[in-house]
Amino acid sequence: MTATSSTRSARRRAPARSARARDEARLGWLLAGPAFVVMLAVTAYPILQAVYESLFNNRLTAPDDRAFVGLKNYGVVLTDPVFWRSLWVTTFIMLVTVLIELVLGFALALVMHRALTRLRGLLRTAILVPYGIITVVSAFAWFYAFDITSGYVNTWFDWVPGVGPDLNWFASQGTSLFVIIASEVWKTTPFISLLLLAGLAQVPGDLEEAARVDGATPWQVFARVIVPNMKAAIMVAVLFRALDAFRIFDNVFIMTNGANGTEVLSLLAYRQSISRLEIGLGSTISVLLFLCVILICFVAIRLFRVDLASARGEK
Amino acid sequence: MHRRRIAALLGLALVAPLAACASGPEGPPTLTWYINPDNGGQVEIAARCTEEADGAYRITTSLLPRDAASQREQLARRLAAHDSSIDIMSLDPPFIPELAEPGFLAAVPGDIADDVGSGDVVQGAIDSSTWRDELVAVPFWANTQLLWYRKSVVEAAGLDMSAPVTWDQVIDVAQEQDLLLGVQGAKAESLTVWINALVASAGGQIITNPEAPADEVELGLESDAGREAARIIGTIGSEGLGGPGLPTADENASMALFQSDRGSFMVNWPFVWSATNAAADEGAVPADLPDDIGWAIYPRVVEDQDAAPPVGGINLGVGAFSEHVDLAYDAVQCIVSPENQSAYFATNGNPPSSIEAYDDAEVQEAYPMADVIRDSLDQGAPRPQTPYYNEVSSGLQETWHPPSSVNPDTTPARSTELITDVLRGERLL
Repeated sequence: MTATSSTRSARRRAPARSARARDEARLGWLLAGPAFVVMLAVTAYPILQAVYESLFNNRLTAPDDRAFVGLKNYGVVLTDPVFWRSLWVTTFIMLVTVLIELVLGFALALVMHRALTRLRGLLRTAILVPYGIITVVSAFAWFYAFDITSGYVNTWFDWVPGVGPDLNWFASQGTSLFVIIASEVWKTTPFISLLLLAGLAQVPGDLEEAARVDGATPWQVFARVIVPNMKAAIMVAVLFRALDAFRIFDNVFIMTNGANGTEVLSLLAYRQSISRLEIGLGSTISVLLFLCVILICFVAIRLFRVDLASARGEK
Repeated sequence: MHRRRIAALLGLALVAPLAACASGPEGPPTLTWYINPDNGGQVEIAARCTEEADGAYRITTSLLPRDAASQREQLARRLAAHDSSIDIMSLDPPFIPELAEPGFLAAVPGDIADDVGSGDVVQGAIDSSTWRDELVAVPFWANTQLLWYRKSVVEAAGLDMSAPVTWDQVIDVAQEQDLLLGVQGAKAESLTVWINALVASAGGQIITNPEAPADEVELGLESDAGREAARIIGTIGSEGLGGPGLPTADENASMALFQSDRGSFMVNWPFVWSATNAAADEGAVPADLPDDIGWAIYPRVVEDQDAAPPVGGINLGVGAFSEHVDLAYDAVQCIVSPENQSAYFATNGNPPSSIEAYDDAEVQEAYPMADVIRDSLDQGAPRPQTPYYNEVSSGLQETWHPPSSVNPDTTPARSTELITDVLRGERLL
């Protein structure tokens, strides 16, 4: 059904399309169709289910009290200071990590890009190691490193002002967020640097050369030639990481479990759905989280003014 | 022809496993016992009871997550989905009413309830297995916190530990000698355990009407008892008596603090005794440290009022959706036999709920403080028995953490407001 209607609309747009092109388009839909259905099943269905559940007062251990409450749960969540605090903490973590990762990632990508061919493979592997570690494992590693009882950070870095054997990193908001953000940056900078490396490889060498011939400084080449030519890659990197950082869960769950004002939105949703078994409230927060994610996508695409279709050369 | 034979063989290979499934497992019914992590004691008991059943049933164990809150989450989710694979469950006491209220636990047969009430089970364990005046789980092992002290410290302070001591005395000794107290200040269930013991010990209750529906639950924190509890926790927190690690200190962290050079007193479960002895054998702590450790009943809040030590442990519940409820209760009776309980105490350090089990020679040898534990269990105060325990506990943790921020003038009121609003569905947690 989908294949037929799309073929029809394609015909309207491009009447001169050859029979071969039509066959290819049909084959494309046949090949992509099952994946499309699976994607709908695993993403759209849970989202719709969450929207539906958010309209109910539903506690798993009180099945007889389940009742339709309309938008009441949204009212409760949106007027609760805990929700807003979690939203700000999540946004703060997202902004700081993406900013640091973008700078570090660019530096690493430039190093990898300019590295000798012989060293390139080794460099990429070395840089990718943190990204290969499962988040929950790296969260535990960072937690144990900074923990006041078992950690070594206080001993190794006691020469840094403010660090000493009595510093309990997970006892206050500032220091807890510092460790959470540092572990996040350590783990996912390789991802952003790889995406940027792919963007760097697409910048035409003759443009850089022409700029240099015209007397541009290295900084001018970077800011006026390299960056504008890899805008799409930067946007993809920023968008992916921003969404990833906004959905942060593991690091906070392991290190502080939300103590000292470090609770993030995913953890808040988890606490309502899984710990409190309040499916209605938990679903409401999940739906709001989903809306935030859509908003971030929208803002990022508008901010970078990148048309991905034109970036692919389709227009 | 050849191709057809291959197709037939392939078909057979695909169908054969399904046919095997359809016929069902051979032999006696298998009972699944969801256990909390331990040192292997429950697996041993399961094997022993399987042998004793002589073919009537087989017990297999399935491991639940490490902490009690996660155990509750998993069991509640499965039971809400009417999971019939849950035959027997090792349950942490405060979460039992939440599972009993919606009918997730199979009723305890009359003869087993009579056995439990016959006088051989410590009162704290009976109370924590009861919901709406009915026994809904079977006591397995009971746990309680003791006051552990360094003999050298109390000697230097001239404190008589044969008489009951108060929190103020403990605080004074630590302050005078510039030592630290082992208490659990992490934002976790252990903080609720501490708050409850202090409030109960001062003659109060966290919830005054535990059987009330959610929107009618009343809290007793805004009372002299609640304020005394806040004063003690606030003093220990703000004066640094719990050390810099207090806001993240769990039971193991407080044990490590107590074992250190600045250790003085500690409130903790009996596992610390076997753990400290093992650490001394391994050389992780000084070999003579266990000789310097003494024990007593939990400290009092008010000088002329008995202490109310924390009570914990594990009770056994049978799943309401199990296909073998009768057999599961037979198995439960075997599991909780005094012999199994004393063996479990001696090997895993978890105190029995059976009074008789404390007289076992092996137990007396491994745990010289066994009689103090039994007395403590009889004197202990369970945490509030309510289907909304999780909300109450999380609300307390939210408002009484970090300990240095606890103020007797404001904290009890903040707690009451938050927990009441949460129970009415008006706030998030």
